[in-house]
Amino acid sequence: MLDIALRSLWISGTATLLALSWGLPLALLLGLGRFRGRRVLLSFFHTLMGLPTVTLGLLLFLLLSSRGPLGPLHLLYTPWAIILGQALLVTPITVTLLCEALERVDPAVRDLARTLGASERQASLAVLGEARRGAVLAVLASFNRAVSELGVAMMVGGNLHGYTRVMTTAIALETARGEVVLSLQLAAILLALVFTLNLVMDLLRR
Amino acid sequence: MLELRGVVRRYGERVALRGVSLRVRRGESLSVLGPNGSGKTTLLRVAALLDPPDEGEVLYEGKPGAVTMVFQRPVFFDTTVFKNVAYGLRIRGRPATEIRRRVREALRLVGMEGAGERRVRELSEGEKQRVALARALVLEPELLLLDEPTSSLDPPNTELVEGIIREAEEGCTVVLSTNLPSQARRLSRRVVCLLGGRVVAQGSTRLLEGSRLRRLLGGKGW
Repeated sequence: MLDIALRSLWISGTATLLALSWGLPLALLLGLGRFRGRRVLLSFFHTLMGLPTVTLGLLLFLLLSSRGPLGPLHLLYTPWAIILGQALLVTPITVTLLCEALERVDPAVRDLARTLGASERQASLAVLGEARRGAVLAVLASFNRAVSELGVAMMVGGNLHGYTRVMTTAIALETARGEVVLSLQLAAILLALVFTLNLVMDLLRR
Repeated sequence: MLELRGVVRRYGERVALRGVSLRVRRGESLSVLGPNGSGKTTLLRVAALLDPPDEGEVLYEGKPGAVTMVFQRPVFFDTTVFKNVAYGLRIRGRPATEIRRRVREALRLVGMEGAGERRVRELSEGEKQRVALARALVLEPELLLLDEPTSSLDPPNTELVEGIIREAEEGCTVVLSTNLPSQARRLSRRVVCLLGGRVVAQGSTRLLEGSRLRRLLGGKGW
């Protein structure tokens, strides 16, 4: 049970970091940039926050299956397939929440940094620094979504014992097999984790 | 050291500066005097290269990065006084020991020694303005631009901040904006009068004596 919990943390943690690696530059561009189509792109990411996980799982399955365009990578039914899927799933959350955090920062902070000699990049980092509470919130919310999703992990991970089995897929499987006690124990760990994250997010919001 | 030539600056439909030309010599103290909405802040923002002019040019002769500006409503990073004052030195890659020494010295200069670990949001308006000045002065700027530095302060704090500005004027060129002729007289040798985005008078602060200025402004005194 512990190895399943640790695997869940590792997979969802890596997925969150992966989403952050491409979500942060995107959020800086959308949150601090002023260009035509910016609002449309923001709405696009906002809409994708509600993407059903099984839909994304199905699309990824088709892409990663042996006949799919990414088949030669042999990622299907590996932890990396789940990581990729969860990263894509949480990217809209990461980008949207980071953008909101950046937009809440007083625009004069950027001017302030520039009057103190900051380059454009340093000024952007200063704004990001001011948005740090919101940024932490974005990361936690992304991880929360990743660790509690089922569709992607089930469809591209395959729920392989000791390899791709994570908490949500294990709960689904053990319940189907009638192992309700084990399911409840796993559910308790998952709930404790999600509650803790939500508690931290609430504290950060204040 | 700073010259504006025929600067025009628009914000959408509104023209904030209409062909402003002025020259600031090294070491001088200049007040930009005008009523609210006359273009003072825009002039300083253009001089600080925060807003590029739509027409005309801004010429600055000096070390790059040696111009700094203090805003009318001081803005701060949401952290401690020390980190705010140290920011400019930190991004210049100065060693930690030098940063500590210079920040301590700058805070002493503005009468805020020992306040380094306080959070800026806990400070009074007067203290905030003094920290904003320390943050600019710690960089030892060649040109210091101050946008209505005492507009939100009570008389005792105004006196305190004016004292700091007078001390700063001994070490660098200072251009400040104000809507108080008396303050321009106290803090500067030379004055530029702005009205409706145009320079309507400039010269010695003697301009401000008696009714001479009002005549120059066509009776539109304030």
